[in-house]
Amino acid sequence: MNPQEPTGIIFDIKHYAIHDGPGIRTTVFLKGCPLACRWCHNPEGIAPEPQLLFRAEACLPDCRRCVAACPNQAITADGRSIRVDTTRCRACGRCAEACPTEALRLVGRRMSVTDVLREIEKDRVFYDESGGGATFSGGEPLAQPAFLTALLDECRRRGIHSVVDTSGYAPSAVVRKIADRTDLFLYDLKALDPDIHRQTTGQDNRLILENLRLLAREGARVMLRVPYIPGVNDDEESLRHLSALLKELRTIREIALLPFHRGADHKYRQLQQDGEPWSGDIPDPQDLVRAKAVLESEGVTVRIGG
Amino acid sequence: MKERIRRLRRQSLDAVPTITVERARLLTEFYRRPEARQVSVPVARAMAFRHILEHKAICINDGELIIGERGPIPKATPTYPEITAHTDEDLRILDSREKTAYRVDSDTRALYTRDIYPYWQGQCIRDRIFREMDVEWKEAFEAGIFTEFMEQRAPGHTVLGDKIYQKGMLDIIQDVDAALDRLDFYNDPSAWGKREELKAMRIAAEAIIVYALRHAERAEALAAAEKDPPRRSELEHIARNCRHVPAHAPRNFWEALQYYWFVHLGVIIELNPWDSFNPGRLDQHLLPFYRAGLDDGSLTEDAARELLQAFWIKFNNQPAPPKVGVTAEESGTYTDFALINTGGLTVDGRDAVNEVTFLILDVIEEMRLLQPSSCVQLSKKNPDRFLERALRIVKTGFGQPSIFNTDAIVQELVRQGKSLADARCGGASGCVEVGAFGKECYILTGYFNLVKILELTLNNGVDPATGRQLGLPTGDAAAFRSFDELMAAFERQVRHFVDIKIKGNNIIERLYAELLPAPFLSLLIDDCVANGRDYNDGGARYNTTYIQGVGIGTITDSLAAIKHHVFEKKTFPMKDLLAMLSVDFEGHEPERQLLINKSPKYGNDDDRADETMQQVFDIYYQAVNGRPNTKGGEYRINMLPTTVHVYFGRVTGATPDGRHKAEPLSEGISPVQGADRHGPTGVIKSVGKMDHLRTGGTLLNMKFMPQLLADDDGIRKLAQLVRAHFRMDSHHVQFNVVSADVLRDAQAQPEKYRDLIVRVAGYSDYFVDLGTELQNEIIRRTAHSEF
Repeated sequence: MNPQEPTGIIFDIKHYAIHDGPGIRTTVFLKGCPLACRWCHNPEGIAPEPQLLFRAEACLPDCRRCVAACPNQAITADGRSIRVDTTRCRACGRCAEACPTEALRLVGRRMSVTDVLREIEKDRVFYDESGGGATFSGGEPLAQPAFLTALLDECRRRGIHSVVDTSGYAPSAVVRKIADRTDLFLYDLKALDPDIHRQTTGQDNRLILENLRLLAREGARVMLRVPYIPGVNDDEESLRHLSALLKELRTIREIALLPFHRGADHKYRQLQQDGEPWSGDIPDPQDLVRAKAVLESEGVTVRIGG
Repeated sequence: MKERIRRLRRQSLDAVPTITVERARLLTEFYRRPEARQVSVPVARAMAFRHILEHKAICINDGELIIGERGPIPKATPTYPEITAHTDEDLRILDSREKTAYRVDSDTRALYTRDIYPYWQGQCIRDRIFREMDVEWKEAFEAGIFTEFMEQRAPGHTVLGDKIYQKGMLDIIQDVDAALDRLDFYNDPSAWGKREELKAMRIAAEAIIVYALRHAERAEALAAAEKDPPRRSELEHIARNCRHVPAHAPRNFWEALQYYWFVHLGVIIELNPWDSFNPGRLDQHLLPFYRAGLDDGSLTEDAARELLQAFWIKFNNQPAPPKVGVTAEESGTYTDFALINTGGLTVDGRDAVNEVTFLILDVIEEMRLLQPSSCVQLSKKNPDRFLERALRIVKTGFGQPSIFNTDAIVQELVRQGKSLADARCGGASGCVEVGAFGKECYILTGYFNLVKILELTLNNGVDPATGRQLGLPTGDAAAFRSFDELMAAFERQVRHFVDIKIKGNNIIERLYAELLPAPFLSLLIDDCVANGRDYNDGGARYNTTYIQGVGIGTITDSLAAIKHHVFEKKTFPMKDLLAMLSVDFEGHEPERQLLINKSPKYGNDDDRADETMQQVFDIYYQAVNGRPNTKGGEYRINMLPTTVHVYFGRVTGATPDGRHKAEPLSEGISPVQGADRHGPTGVIKSVGKMDHLRTGGTLLNMKFMPQLLADDDGIRKLAQLVRAHFRMDSHHVQFNVVSADVLRDAQAQPEKYRDLIVRVAGYSDYFVDLGTELQNEIIRRTAHSEF
């Protein structure tokens, strides 16, 4: 690794991503997010540092390789399973390396721009065929601005189309800098009501809306992505607010409604820390169709799903 | 779908496969006569063929447009006692086995035991083969190192070109006569053999005309008795068709299909060749008839569609001839592998997709039948709308059509020495095998268990299952100091067993050439007539013999695990690994999990594994490719399994990739079931590192969940994935689009899923007809869902 080269923490790289922008894409997930949306489907992406995930059902009772591998004596075994003492764990990953079943897995590893590009380049033939490219998601990719900037610069240099999937919660200067370097934003908008936004994501939405207006003004290509969460933003008023915003922004003509799903519940269990999966319902497909119709009346293209 | 087609389709689906003694009885009747012994072997074969066609029952099903059955009724399947003399026990097993059973009634069994078996036992080719093979061959065969395709079925594997659309059998007889005239007994020492072969071809050509005329007579009789005027006129039309073809070249779409169908029946009645027979590039052959019919008003799109549907049902009425023993294991299916090709390139290299292509795709989708199997040939010159249309059928989840890379096929064929024009008129047949249609004898001779050979290599040539020294003593694997040393030992073992296999083939191919010539098939494949030589004796323009490599995924992962854990990371010494394998990992679950989860795996675009795959491929290729066969042609490799990976798995002990003893091997060139963890692009990148162009076909299975193809965008991206796959010169891909939950439910309640067709290997099959192990394996195959 070139010592000068920017590095960042990545928690996943997904190939054949077909809902994260045009064509066939490779999505790079940057770890760490300033929001903590209660329905987050990548809860392992919220904390900025690497974390240990544990799947109890995969653990072999008599194996104990992790106990021996841990340099900090953070793991104890009771013959049926293991316990990780999070106060002693430094998330060095040696236990995960020793674990034969992947019951222990370290999410988040430091990668250089070269490392990440090597992974992205592997799928070049698919981008060429499909008009795809790389998508940077998270977590919140804008929370690692120097790393993201370098990644985007490198993509552009190599002629790889790039997409940034962001919550928009970042200093406006960073947003501006990224806008100069990426081909498309997938811009998440969780709730327009400031109170609901604060309650469910932990942060105010003022900065997010400001940044969105900034991008609209500057003519950046943006696709809005609205997680559709029953009980949070599926009411008439939320939809009305969203319609009004679209009318105001004018340049943003694409929106995707992302229906809440329960696909991440198991990850909350594996994180072994506070935080419960969102207990709300999954949306009724008919409500989604209705919401789509309401938004389409503003003349925007609405997709359900990514 | 019109009512008539719906009814015929239902009749075909509901028909139960049975064994008919008709052919065996007529054949035996003929061979018991003195004249059978007064003529040469080919002439006797042709006379027997004629005797069968002159006397077998004629079947015209109610409402049919294309007529002719191999047996007396749909799905009545003949036996070929000159190849396999079934014992009463064989018949009992066929009748009662759980999967791919054929009902055998007591009369058939009695007749078989009284007249058929006693005459053929000992002289049938199967008995001769096993008598001729030496101990080495037999031991390897019994250990499951390779299988033998020709021990119960004749060579064949071939596909018809465009000959019959230009020539009637009378024209072909003229060609035969011209060849007879050219014989030079003064200077050609093989002239007599040629004369006998040509005489046999002539008899066979006349026989098929007689057979068609018998159909004409029956149709006329039915017409005379028919009350319904439209049906009466149809039967009269059918009779006219049968009086015209196959004697003469077809004049229209209907006659073209009927001609092919008589030819198909001729080939599968003469012998039971592998992959039955196949019209090949049907959209190309039918296009002139289709356009002419539309132009002069004698045909409509609907009428053409109905005729094609009627044609499709005829294939479905002919299950594969019954197989027993190892051959049933390697190909446990009713499918007889007629693979209809659409798309591809024209002879002058242009985009061949036309209006009949789309018509055929409609028929495939609407008929949803096991047989015929169908594929699309996709060239970079073909339009996206063709591929996307095919993928919309794939999405409906019955495994068809499979998708082939025409640009790769052409290069593969040219590399083997075919002319560019012959290569462009070729395609894929059977599972995935390439051929120059109408001009090549290409036969598959057996599957080759690469994984078992690694097992022997790790045990100094000894088969741990029996303790016998089957392979060479290549040294104690625990003493190998490097991975290269292991690979060198493996290479020696591969060469050893390829030698044994080829030695056997050299005998078996000659047995067929001498004892079971196929004069009727020889009429159809160039240049058998011009050469005066039989299809089974090197008469074709091109002659290729294949040995099919099996288990590339399992062996790659096994070798990669050894390289990584024994020689590089030194997780454990070879001695310990061998000890674990010998006890099937009993008491070593953590180590087994480590091998599964912490080793480089093929199918993830990981060079550490993929380079090992390339090494194994190369060793196998070098051992086989280019060696001479008995027909003046050469040996080639291809990589496909049908269902043999289950059988080969059962005879192979635990492997260093963490696979338990007796579990199935990986199939085709697909990664080990569940080992691909980076999605479809990882799989495609890995398989793209195989040099497909040096094979005669490779098989890649991918399973997709329906939700990935839910909308147009999903279809488009799958199309782009296929295009990228082919850009890397890959040969083939096929998709199973079905959820694992559906499959589990089908396993639990088979009665509810009688019609569930899934892609198995180079073909589709009814899921509920598959053995439980194979069902489990299909469920396990990685479901490439998005998360």
